[in-house]
This record gives sequence, structure tokens and C-alpha cells, in this order.
Amino acid sequence: MQEGMKNGCAGAPAVLLERISTLLAEGTVARVLGWKAGDMAYNPEPAYFETQEALKDFVYDGFCGANLSKYMIEASKLEGKTLVCLKPCDTYSFNQLLKEHRVDREKAYIIGVGCGGKLDVEQIRRKGIKGIQSIDGAQLVWEESDPGTELKGIGDDVLTIRTIYGEKTLPYGEALLERCHVCKGKEHRVYDELIGQSRDTKDADRFAQVERIEAMSPEEKFAFFQQELSKCIRCNACRNVCPACSCRKCVFDSNKFDSSQKANADSFEEKMFHIIRAFHVAGRCTDCGECSRVCPQGIPLHLFNRKFIKDINELYGTYQAGENAEDKMPLTSFDFGDAEPGIVGERG
Amino acid sequence: MMYKIARENLSALFRKIAEQQELYLPVRRAGQVNFGVWSEEAVVDLDTLKSVKSPKDVFFPQSENLYTVQKEGRKLNVCPQDLQEKDFVVFGMRSCDVQGLCVLDRVFLSEPVDTYYAARREHGAIVALACHEPEESCFCKVFGIDCANPGALPETAEGTGAENKKGGADVAAWLIGEELYWKAQTEKGEKLTEALKGILTDTGETEEQQKLAGEKVAREQAAIRAIVEQLPYSHLSLDGWNGAALNEKFNSPLWEELYKPCLACGTCTFVCPTCQCYDIKDYDTGHGVQRYRCWDSCMYSDFTMMAHGNNRTSQMQRFRQRFMHKLVYFPANNDGMYSCVGCGRCVEKCPASLNIVKVIKKFQEEKQKAQAAEMAGGDQL
Repeated sequence: MQEGMKNGCAGAPAVLLERISTLLAEGTVARVLGWKAGDMAYNPEPAYFETQEALKDFVYDGFCGANLSKYMIEASKLEGKTLVCLKPCDTYSFNQLLKEHRVDREKAYIIGVGCGGKLDVEQIRRKGIKGIQSIDGAQLVWEESDPGTELKGIGDDVLTIRTIYGEKTLPYGEALLERCHVCKGKEHRVYDELIGQSRDTKDADRFAQVERIEAMSPEEKFAFFQQELSKCIRCNACRNVCPACSCRKCVFDSNKFDSSQKANADSFEEKMFHIIRAFHVAGRCTDCGECSRVCPQGIPLHLFNRKFIKDINELYGTYQAGENAEDKMPLTSFDFGDAEPGIVGERG
Repeated sequence: MMYKIARENLSALFRKIAEQQELYLPVRRAGQVNFGVWSEEAVVDLDTLKSVKSPKDVFFPQSENLYTVQKEGRKLNVCPQDLQEKDFVVFGMRSCDVQGLCVLDRVFLSEPVDTYYAARREHGAIVALACHEPEESCFCKVFGIDCANPGALPETAEGTGAENKKGGADVAAWLIGEELYWKAQTEKGEKLTEALKGILTDTGETEEQQKLAGEKVAREQAAIRAIVEQLPYSHLSLDGWNGAALNEKFNSPLWEELYKPCLACGTCTFVCPTCQCYDIKDYDTGHGVQRYRCWDSCMYSDFTMMAHGNNRTSQMQRFRQRFMHKLVYFPANNDGMYSCVGCGRCVEKCPASLNIVKVIKKFQEEKQKAQAAEMAGGDQL
């Protein structure tokens, strides 16, 4: 089922590679947006493939965790259709971008790829594992049956990590991205076809962390965010990776805006950037988790967004951005049942 | 003379240093290790190999005031920023980061000298720490840097530009098991050692005892170097990257492919120990102006923006700029010295898994392909 190792990457499932190859050969799509083998076991990079020959570097394994939906904004401007491999959670972002008219559905050929949870090398490093030479167990193992069906759970799956400092093993479930522990579900919300099966990875409550912060005293809350946000280096990775941050020109990049932009000139500035961003994506954020994945300082930025999602659920009824590309969003529509601004006083 | 101190007594050492002067060292805060000021509450972490941000921050802060203008009625007061006047110590810098400073020295200590930076360099003493367990993203060896001999000048390696690097650390240190070995390298280092003598114990009066300590350090160095040999990037070839390669590299079609996944964030530039570009801005304080400078990133759309607009209009051009600067422009203007020290932070932190190693490898690969094609063509003739 699995194509051979490429530069230490685990290759791609043959069924996926064959289908992509066919679609490219018959001209259904002009290019493929997928993943190219990196030079380590854990660093494949998003890449475009335009020829059959180029596909020799195509990989799709557990480390292909980044959300490719945002790349489709640029791909929508290209000639012809772009085939894109989306995990279930990526399709929420794609729908949201469709709703905001930032991507062109006609320009996309979406293969909804089964997902058994994506790996995060930072989680592996956090366990004290370093000097990684190779990782075994990151490949996708699909059974010969219908796509869309569920595989057995992660259970006993183990990563075998060979390092300069000896061989280590780690349960697959302990190396997952945070988002996978609170998975929104394995159903693809938009696709042209499905390939591969998924398995359940959810083992934590999505709002538990938010609730813990809500329970803090104002002083504790302030100290928590102060400590986290003071690590920010204003690299803008969170903003640039965010599918909801799709403004052509960000206000923080404007030289007419009198903020310190690239610098944490003072502690007000560093908090302002993140708080404004959280407000701006409120109601549109699908909780894809990319902001926290890319933060070089490990700031749990998703907590801001999740707080807004939780509040929206409580005040306007349960809502999941990106579930479809049609329905109205709670913060941009009005009905008489909506919460009044005075609710702020009541809720504190 | 080699000194040593038990790991458990390090906090006493730090306290002693901090009595006299400010002490910067790797501190763990909210799960991440960065260089910060020592305090009794600080969680010092000497086992994490790399701080997220490089310690260049201590000498060239991400953001610093240049001067302040205060308005009093119709009068404007211009207050220059005070320069660093007090001595301070940076403990725990790695060899790559020390060499990163040598790159910054080239920029900031050349005429016209940057007085803010020069004052910090003058007053800062560096205690460099050997890399007990180098990691797979490290490639300092490629630039002639020896992480087993912290703070020493790089070996003269032809073509790496390392022979041109000046500087080095004031004290070299090795953390071996439960002991830290300490050896002054410069006059500044001797002075610091002298001040700490009550806490640092000498490794012995006799020649024999000194020899034993020396051997212990030598064994650690040999072990480190053996690990470095096994690192996947240690034997990366920089063949073809030099100041003379300007047109060939600049005009390569490879950049169009390489830049594609780049998110245009500034992570690589902000964690880098050698990136030195900065922007100067005015901050309206409401009753005056703070003129400050802050790190800039060539990945940003307003980088080097001028009145006529921006001279790099696409992300491909911005992406290319970073690598051309490190591997071509900088050596062209600095006697062959590269402005990369192989710390590997960009390798670990890029959200799209792009980095300077992949760029170097890609060019190498294409060159080999071209050579192979040429050979095959030759055979047919």
C-alpha cells in the first residue's frame, strides 16, 4: 500500500498517488498542491506538482499536518484547476474561504484525504527526544475498503524514533498536534472525491482549557496571558498561516497605522496585536489550530479563538464556522433573539 | 588555569555574578527557553541546546530607543538614549551564537560604528558553553565552528570564510555530568574569573591535577566531535556559494520553485543569530516622539520601502534576498565570511519547513544533474 521511503519521509499511500497521477495525466487538473519529501523524517513541505515526473517526490504521511486551504487563495488565480489534498479539518477552512469569496470552487479539485491524526515534531522534542535520524510509524496505513469509513483507533500505534542518542519509542497518540486531541470529526465538509480512511483521535474536551482560564481570577488571567504573550517576537507566522487572515493588506502592515508593527515596543503593543487579530477572526475562525502550530514560541494562541467560539455557542447557539459554505454567520447576521450588548456586564 | 564548580552550586555562582553586574542566561518561561535576566525566581535551563531567539538580542535588542523628543509647550527637547555603561555577563551562549556576534561585529563595528551596539559589546563578557548533545538541525561545522571548543575562533577552513571571523568568548565552559569546567580565554574572562574565585574551585594545584581536568574536558570534546560527525547536515557542501556567484545564483530559475510554500512570516529572520537588518520608526507617545529601531525582516512587504515604493515586489524576490545576503552578498563584502553560522534555528522553526539547508542542497542537486547531463552528452560524442 505504501510507496517507498523518500529522504526519510514515509512516502505516500499508493492508492492516493495513483489517483493523483491519473488526474494530472488526463488533464482534469493542471497541477497538484500536496507535499514534497523533506530532508528529514518530519519536514515535508507544501509543494506544487505539475508533471508526472515531479510526483516522484510526492509524499503524504503523518507529518503532512499543515492546512493547505490558504494556499488555494493564490492557486485560485492560476490557470486551470488545482488538485488539493485536504484533511477533514482543512475543509472547514476551505468552506469559510469560499463563503468569503477568497477561493474559487471551480478552480479546485479537492481530494478529501482520510486522517488518522497528524504528528507534531515539537511534541516529540518536548518528550526530550533529540538528534532525530529517522522515524518509523508515520506512514498512513489504509485498508482495502471504502474511503470515509473509520479505521480502528490509534490504540497501540507506536512511533519508533532512531536518534543519535539511541532508539526511542513514543505512542502515536502522544505525538499528535493539539488540534487532533479535540478533533471536530473525520467528515470532509467539501470535496470532489474521498480517498483513504480516518480514525478517531479525539480524547479531550475542546473547551476544557478555556474553562480553566475562565475560572481564574482576573489577576491570574492577566498573569497567564502576560507570560505567554510576552514571548511573542512579532514574526507574524500566526497571522500569515491563518486561513481567516486573508486580507490583501493587513492593518498591521500599513505604514499609515501608528503602531510599532514589527516590534514589541511595549507590553501593550504585543497584546494588542493578538487581541485585535482574535476579534477580527471571531465567528470566522474554524479552530484549525495553525496559529498555535506555527508559533515559534509555543504561545497557545488558539485559546483566544476558542474562547470566542465558546461564547458564540453560548450566546447565539452552537455554531461551527466552515461546516458549510452557505449559512449565515452569527456575528454578521441579526435576529431579535440576539444577545444585547449589556450581556457583557452580566457575564463579566 | 582550569576551574570547576558543581552543578548544584551554579545558582550561587549566578547570584555572585548578579551581585556585581547584570547577568543574562537561558531562562525557561511559559515552556520556552530564551535569554533573559537572572533573578532568584528565574528558571535557568542549561540543558536545552538552543534558545528560541538567539542571544543576539542582548547586544542588538529586537527593539531599542535611539532618542526621545519631548514636547513642552512650544519647545522640543531631544534626549539621546543613554548608552550601555555597566558591565554585564552573558552566560551559556553556544559557539554558533558567539560566531553570530562576529558577523554582527562586521556590520555594526565597521565605520560608521554603531555606538549603541559597540557599547554593549564593550561592556559584555561572554561565557560560552560547549554543546553537550548537538542536534540534527545543527550544521555549525560547515562554517568551521567547533561546538566542542566554545567561543574559540573558528578553525581556518578554506572557503568557509571562517578564517576572517574575529571575536570569540571570554570564558569557555563545559557542563560535564554534575560539574561545570571553566576556562578564561581573554583578559575580560580572567577578570571575571578572579571575581568569582571564592565560588569557582580550581581543579588542583599540582600539574597532575590540572592534567586530569584537561583530560576530562578533552574526552568531552572528543565525544561531542564524534556526534557532530554523525549529524546529517555536518557535511553539507557550500561549493559554489561565494561572493563571485552573484549573477549565476541571482538569475537561477530555482528560486521560483523554492519560495512557493513561504508564508512570508519573519520567523527565520527573528530567530537568526546573524540577521541584522533593522527599521527605524517614530512612535507617537502623545506628548512627543520616540525614535526607535526594531528588527526588520526581508520577508516583509515593507522591507526597505522607499519613497518611490519597494524594490522587491514579489515574495520570490524577498525569499531570494535572504539567502543571497547570507551566502553571496555578505561574503562578497566581508572577505568571504558567510552570514550563516549553522545554528539550525530556522530549520526547526519554519512553519512551512523551508530553510537555508534545503536551498543549498537544491542548488547542489541541480548542479550535479547538469554535470551528469553534460557527462552523458560527452559520452555520446
